Amino acid sequence: MQVYLDNSATTQCFPAAAALVLKALTEDYGNPSSMHKKGVEAEGYIREAKEIIARNLKVREKELYFTSGGTESDNMAVIGCALANQRAGKHLITSSIEHPAVLNAMKHLEEEGFSVTYLPVDEAGRVRLSDLEAALREDTILVSIMHVNNEIGSVQPVGEIGALLKKQGHPVLFHVDAVQSYGKYVIHPGRLGIDLLTASGHKIHGPKGTGFLYKNERVKMRPVVFGGGQEKGLRSGTENVPGIAGLGAAVREIYRDFEARTDRMYMLKELFREEVSRIEGVALNGLPGRESAPHVISAGFSGVRSEVLLHALEERGIYVSSGSACASNHPSVSATLKGIGVKKEFLDSTIRFSLSIHTTEEEIRYTLENLRELLPMLRRFTRH
Amino acid sequence: MFQAFLIKYGEIGIKGKNRYLFEDALIHQIRHALKEVDGQFRVTKEQGRIYVEALEEYDYEETVGALQRVFGIVGICPTVILEDEGFEKLAQDAVAYLREEYPEGNQTFKVNARRARKDYPMESMEINRELGGRILDAFPDMRVDVHNPRIMLNIEIRQKIYVYSQIIPGPGGMPVGTNGKSMLLLSGGIDSPVAGYMVAKRGVKIDAVYFHAPPYTSERAKQKVVDLARKVSRYAGPVYLYVVNFTDIQLYIYEKCPHDELTIIMRRYMMRIAERIAEKTGSLGLITGESIGQVASQTVQSLAATNEVCTMPVFRPLIAFDKEDIIRISKKIDTFETSIQPFEDCCTIFVAKHPVTKPNIKAIRRSETHLAEKIDKMVEEAIESAELLVVG
Repeated sequence: MQVYLDNSATTQCFPAAAALVLKALTEDYGNPSSMHKKGVEAEGYIREAKEIIARNLKVREKELYFTSGGTESDNMAVIGCALANQRAGKHLITSSIEHPAVLNAMKHLEEEGFSVTYLPVDEAGRVRLSDLEAALREDTILVSIMHVNNEIGSVQPVGEIGALLKKQGHPVLFHVDAVQSYGKYVIHPGRLGIDLLTASGHKIHGPKGTGFLYKNERVKMRPVVFGGGQEKGLRSGTENVPGIAGLGAAVREIYRDFEARTDRMYMLKELFREEVSRIEGVALNGLPGRESAPHVISAGFSGVRSEVLLHALEERGIYVSSGSACASNHPSVSATLKGIGVKKEFLDSTIRFSLSIHTTEEEIRYTLENLRELLPMLRRFTRH
Repeated sequence: MFQAFLIKYGEIGIKGKNRYLFEDALIHQIRHALKEVDGQFRVTKEQGRIYVEALEEYDYEETVGALQRVFGIVGICPTVILEDEGFEKLAQDAVAYLREEYPEGNQTFKVNARRARKDYPMESMEINRELGGRILDAFPDMRVDVHNPRIMLNIEIRQKIYVYSQIIPGPGGMPVGTNGKSMLLLSGGIDSPVAGYMVAKRGVKIDAVYFHAPPYTSERAKQKVVDLARKVSRYAGPVYLYVVNFTDIQLYIYEKCPHDELTIIMRRYMMRIAERIAEKTGSLGLITGESIGQVASQTVQSLAATNEVCTMPVFRPLIAFDKEDIIRISKKIDTFETSIQPFEDCCTIFVAKHPVTKPNIKAIRRSETHLAEKIDKMVEEAIESAELLVVG
């Protein structure tokens, strides 16, 4: 049996999306910038994808920019907006558990003379509004907070943050990295006070190398890539027509039967959490039920190195990811796990199981069964 | 401009009646190395010379690079081939050659003609003299120096005329395949690929064995070893890599033996298994990357304890090398970057915090008696189930 529980890393592409990618590559392969019919055909794919996404987010089509994925969208938003708005101030706020695409963009801006506040998180992995309020300054121009954390599935109060920012006496832009939440939540940036939103295609069963940035049309942003002026000059380069088409198809598909699918994922998540917590020496991270994302489960297994457990599960056909990457000589401990105060004994023993709409109860039970079997075995051989 | 390379070889020239065997092996290795270079080449042996002739357009740098990985080659001489159209034409061409290669035109030189075809109308000495004169006429700033010339212009007269003046150093050593075969214990570290390279350089064909311990070591760790074997194969020719699943044995030792002796006992079993596979597959020795004192398992006492389990000779070419020297070679042969990828230590749970550094062989033997019940069968199984990958 093959059980893929690493859907926060990437997902299997929807066949409909893959079929459209193939068609756009082999039949309608024109360059949207070309004047002739082939170009117009290709442009049609982009228009359709924009329509689907715009309708889904309740935004305007011209507020969408296609990119190569989450990292590029994050960089465009954070760096592009910081540079375009620096006359109003050079202070930025983010959280300590953001994805490296945001954190390292912030680090880069610090080297360029910006100052950045990194908000801590509570033990459930959430930013406190009071901390944010205290961090806001006259010269704060941008706040970037992820919607769902990729390691533990914690959900940030983006609506409250959006509202708080809109109450400030001066404009503070709000960027939300929604890579882990898009497709899992219905997100309407307008209602949530979100000015910029990042999403990625391959996390929602679309093709890799695709994604988009939503940018409120009033927001000033400088390009970070220069070239032929595509996407209104903000993202030059021939559009990835097949990828964009596949992304559009995936968005359409992921929001189909949305509520039933979400309920089912929550049901499976709770089943997993409940059963796994019965095993001795297991500590669950993050909040249960609807207080965290439907697809991420983070659990620490005392006395077992996460990488060993990962490979042991792999031998049984179960694919998961480890909480922190094993770099033998200098173990790089996850900032998120450290940030939420995970105990030392669990830092190197945390596994992330991430579900998708395709995950079945049988797969969850098979995984639990194997955990129950493997853990005592692996714990017999521990380091002294 | 160079259509050919004259290959100089050293040690194999002195091997008496076996000389042709060595030359044939060298030709074989040269052909193998040139397979990864774009272009067609003809490799021929003629009167104690090996020539590599390009039959079409080729990449000079790439070709020299490939030849520099062929053990047994001492020097590579980029050579221009001329048709014999009389001495006047030869002189013109020789001058043109020098103008192209040494545009400064102010060096000391010597002409060294060799007349392999005796019906050529001039004798060697005569050619030297005449050609020297023409060169001095053409390059007023050049001087003749017969003892220590900066440019040694070699003119070899055969069916065609071969002109060369540069010698690019080769790697030396002896052609792989001329000294039997040995089994390299290949880990993912820095040392073992270097050890394999060094022994291959002495003409030994290399097989390799890797001990895989899933789930304690990952697929990526195995891939890394395959990548290292491929790098070694660029010098040593195709490598037969045996991947042995060692997990059960490791766990069994872990359960039955004192933990401070784990590493030594594990290594003893690795040597035993490697030797058995070596015997089965025609290797005559084992090769390890051990170096005295580098880690606890490589003290002289530990080496003695590991060594006593096999009867085959164990070649340890790095035994007296400092780490920096080993790293220098690993960078030269391009294994360093691969070796330092961090996938290796995922089985560190099997390393005691304070391993014995001066193991008592008697104590180790006694500990191993605790394994008597199952170990022979496990070793047997590990050998039977070893996976063979042909790399390179």
